[in-house]
Amino acid sequence: MTLTAEAPVQDSPAAGAIPSFQVTLKLRRFNPESDTEPRWEEHTLTMHGTDRVLDALHKIKWEIDGSLTFRRSCAHGICGSDAMRINGRNRLACKTLLKDLPLDKPVVVEPIKGLAVMKDLIVDMEPFYSAYKSIMPFLVTTGNDPSRERRQSPEERERFDDTTKCILCAACTTSCPVYWSDGQYFGPQAIVGAHRFIFDSRDEGAEQRLEILNDREGVWRCRTTFNCTDACPRGIEVTKAIQEVKRALLFRRV
Amino acid sequence: MTATSIAAPRSPRRMRSRTNTELYAWLFMRISGVLLLVLVFGHLFVNLMVGEGINALDFAFVAGKWASPFWQIWDLLMLWLAMIHGTNGLRTIINDYAERDMLRMWLKVGLYTATAITIVLGTLVIFTFDPCPAEAAAHLLPSFCPAP
Repeated sequence: MTLTAEAPVQDSPAAGAIPSFQVTLKLRRFNPESDTEPRWEEHTLTMHGTDRVLDALHKIKWEIDGSLTFRRSCAHGICGSDAMRINGRNRLACKTLLKDLPLDKPVVVEPIKGLAVMKDLIVDMEPFYSAYKSIMPFLVTTGNDPSRERRQSPEERERFDDTTKCILCAACTTSCPVYWSDGQYFGPQAIVGAHRFIFDSRDEGAEQRLEILNDREGVWRCRTTFNCTDACPRGIEVTKAIQEVKRALLFRRV
Repeated sequence: MTATSIAAPRSPRRMRSRTNTELYAWLFMRISGVLLLVLVFGHLFVNLMVGEGINALDFAFVAGKWASPFWQIWDLLMLWLAMIHGTNGLRTIINDYAERDMLRMWLKVGLYTATAITIVLGTLVIFTFDPCPAEAAAHLLPSFCPAP
């Protein structure tokens, strides 16, 4: 057995060092207990090339100001908790690398628009969820349950594959100008949620969902501005899905 | 927790009262948009490009056009489609941006009144237009007018 004593690992700054830089975060803060209006707050931090906006928020919360409030769960772009408006665009804080943003100016971080701010970056998601609930986001079938799984061909699965990726982060719905001005509109996310079941060959509730989306506040309020497609952190072609629902309504062909 | 609105299994499915107004409005915008492309550019081409072009444009030219049922129907279609297309566009903008119910209603009342007046007036002009008014100078009139 040859056991060689390894040289102690040196903490040399050159090897594998991550470049660090100064970044200024401009946060829109609101404390319902003391503020009547939202206020802006700036923090300058030393961050690294591998850091995301979420890491900067963590640094502020953990080291500077513990009262900063925001949602995040998995911090890896799956749970959809930390959608916020970063430099005027809806992004997930955990998927936005600081080095990809223009760092000569402050990075502006605001809560998503169109939903009531409860505190700092936390908004009331209830209207968003109730729009999702109203399109019946569950499998609707008739008759007796089969004794084995419901079969589906890869082609049938492919039909609605894109809209299964939704993580309900609300980035699309709160980027929609129609949603900003009219909270009654279902919003892109609810239509994506409906699309996922309408075009599922196993589902039999398409007619009901289409009827719900044919409403005054349904798909016809969409102005095809593509804000939702731009905002989606999962790369779902939201506007395309909405257009497919419109087409299904027009021709009643799913 | 509020009660969820999920219906019990096998309960009769409640269908909403079926209104397809928004669907038809959306469809109308698409169809009238395509038709207007043809109508408006056809109109511009015939009035400004064909023959002497813009120099030929005078009372006699317009009077001559409206003597033919083809151009009467062309202009009538253009008037109705453009007015309804534009009104529907403004209606959606009012719905999007006017938040107070009263303001929304009055804006729409104003919009529909203006549209109705324009459509009625325009239609009236197209069908009751007199190409040969009595006291007009002869050189301004279309060639088919009887000599005074």
